[in-house]
Amino acid sequence: MLTLPIYLDNNATTPLDPRVLEAMMPYMTNMFGNAASRNHAFGWQAEEAVDYARDQIASLINCSPKEIIFTSGATESDNLAIKGVFEMYASKGNHIITATTEHKAVLDTCKHIEKIGGKVTYLQVNDKGLIDLKELEEAITDKTILISIMFANNEIGVIQPVREISAIAKKHGILFFTDATQAVGKIPVDVEADGIDLMAFSAHKMYGPKGVGALYVRRKNPRVKVTAQMDGGGHERGMRSGTLNVPGIVGLGKAAEIAKQDMESDTKRIAAMRDRLERELTTIEESYINGSTEHRLPHVSNISFKYVEGEGLMMGVKDLAVSSGSACTSASLEPSYVLKALGLSDDLAHSSLRFGLSRFTTDEEIDFAIGHVKEAVAKLRDLSPLWEMFKEGIDLNSIEWAEH
Amino acid sequence: MAYSDKVIDHYTNPRNVGTLDKAKNNVGTGLVGAPECGDVMRLQIEVDENQVITDAKFKTFGCGSAIASSSLATEWLKGKTVDEALAIDNMAIVEELALPPVKIHCSVLAEDAIKTAINDYRVKNGLPELEMPKSHH
Repeated sequence: MLTLPIYLDNNATTPLDPRVLEAMMPYMTNMFGNAASRNHAFGWQAEEAVDYARDQIASLINCSPKEIIFTSGATESDNLAIKGVFEMYASKGNHIITATTEHKAVLDTCKHIEKIGGKVTYLQVNDKGLIDLKELEEAITDKTILISIMFANNEIGVIQPVREISAIAKKHGILFFTDATQAVGKIPVDVEADGIDLMAFSAHKMYGPKGVGALYVRRKNPRVKVTAQMDGGGHERGMRSGTLNVPGIVGLGKAAEIAKQDMESDTKRIAAMRDRLERELTTIEESYINGSTEHRLPHVSNISFKYVEGEGLMMGVKDLAVSSGSACTSASLEPSYVLKALGLSDDLAHSSLRFGLSRFTTDEEIDFAIGHVKEAVAKLRDLSPLWEMFKEGIDLNSIEWAEH
Repeated sequence: MAYSDKVIDHYTNPRNVGTLDKAKNNVGTGLVGAPECGDVMRLQIEVDENQVITDAKFKTFGCGSAIASSSLATEWLKGKTVDEALAIDNMAIVEELALPPVKIHCSVLAEDAIKTAINDYRVKNGLPELEMPKSHH
C-alpha cells in the first residue's frame, strides 16, 4: 500500500534511519552527560560516545578522528571554513575563488567576505553545470588563499572534478575547501585521495538527525587552522566552542557507519530506480534533464518540462513531495540561479522538478511518481497556450509578449 | 501555499478550456503575460449580434491562481454583454477566489486578458480601440 504523498525531496533532507535513532536514544535520556565534564562518569560516557562517533565518521571519509570539528550543520561548517580561513590567513592574502552554483551558505558567506574587504571570484559553469579548470587556474592570483568548490550540487546533483581542482590548489599552495553536504554518505568521498583540506557535511542529508554536522580540517600536509567564529569554552580544538550535541553526534556517527556499510548496495538500487524514473519521464515530449548525466549523484534527477509552469506543475503533482526550480511566491518570479547558471531560459528553469531518491524509496513509489508526473504534465499542456502554439509550429520568440 | 477550495476546484476542473477561431470577426482574442514571467493567459470571447458574449474559452500557462483566475473569468464572461464584461474588475476575482496578496497579479492578468480580448473584437468590427488601463501595480 502506498502512503501519499510520496517523499522525493531527499536533497532537502532525509528521514532518520531507525538504526540511527536507536543509537541516539540512550544519549537523550540516561546517558545525558556533558562531554566536557571531565570529573565524573556521566561526562566520560558522553566523551566516549563522541570519540566513537569521530572514529565512525573518520572511517567514512578516510581522515584522522582528530580532524573532525562538530558543528550545528553544513551552513555553520561553510561559514567556519570560509570566514575561519579568511581570518586565519589574512597575512597571506584576501582572495577566494568559488563558483556561481554553490549553495547559498557558501555564496552568502562569500558576500560577507567581500563586505569585510575580501575579494571573491565567482566561476561560471558550463551547460552541464561543471566549472572550467582552466578558468579556475587563471583566476588564481598571489593573493588567493582559498578555493571553495562544492563536491556535488544540491539542485542538479552534478559532481565537480574535485581531484583536478585540489591538484590545482596544491600546485599553487592554496587551500581547497569543499561543501560536500550532498556527497558524503552517498558516494565515496576520501579526503586523502581527493586532496581536500577542509570539508563541510551534515547528518540530516545522510539519514541522520538535523542540527548536527561537521567540518573536516586537515592536520597534516598542510596543517590547516581556522579562526573560531564563536568565543567560549574552546571546545573542538578551539575552533568551535559550544557544548557538544552528544545525541546528534552519536547519530551522525551511526549514519556514517551505515553509509559506509550500505553505500554500494544502496547506490546500485537507488540509481536503478532513478534511471527508470528518468527514462520514463523523458519519454514526455520536450522534457530535458538538467546538468551532466555523466558526473552526477546516483539519486538525483532534475528535469524540465517545457510549456508548463513550475508552480502549476507542483500543484499538479500534489501527491509527490518534490522541489521546483521555480520560486513563484511573488509577482516577480525568480527561477533557480543554479539552473540559470547552466544557461536555461527563465521559462525552462521555472518548469523544472527535482527528484531526490533515498534508501527508503520503493519501486512502487517510483511507479506512482512516473504516472503522476506524466498525467500532470499532459493536463497542464492541454491548458497551456504555449504548448498549443508550439504544436502549431509558432516560434514563441517571434511573439511580442505584453509586459507584466 | 495554502489555496482556497475555489482555486483548487478551478485548477482541478478548469471551465471552458479551449480555442475559438481567432480568424472569425465575432471572436476577440486576448493574449497577455510572458513566458519568462511564468504566466501567459489567452482568453477568447465569441460575441453575437446583440453584443452578448455567447462563448468564452481560455488557455493559461501559469500557476494555480492564474489558471483559476482565467477559468473564473470565462464563467463570468458568458452571457454578459461586452459592456458589462468591461466592468469586470480584478479585485472581484481576488475576492471570489480568496487569492493571497502575492497572487493578485494573476487577477490583474485576467482583467487585462478580458480587456485585450474585447479590444481585439472592437478593432475587428471597426469600433474605436479602448484605452487599456496601464499596469495596476
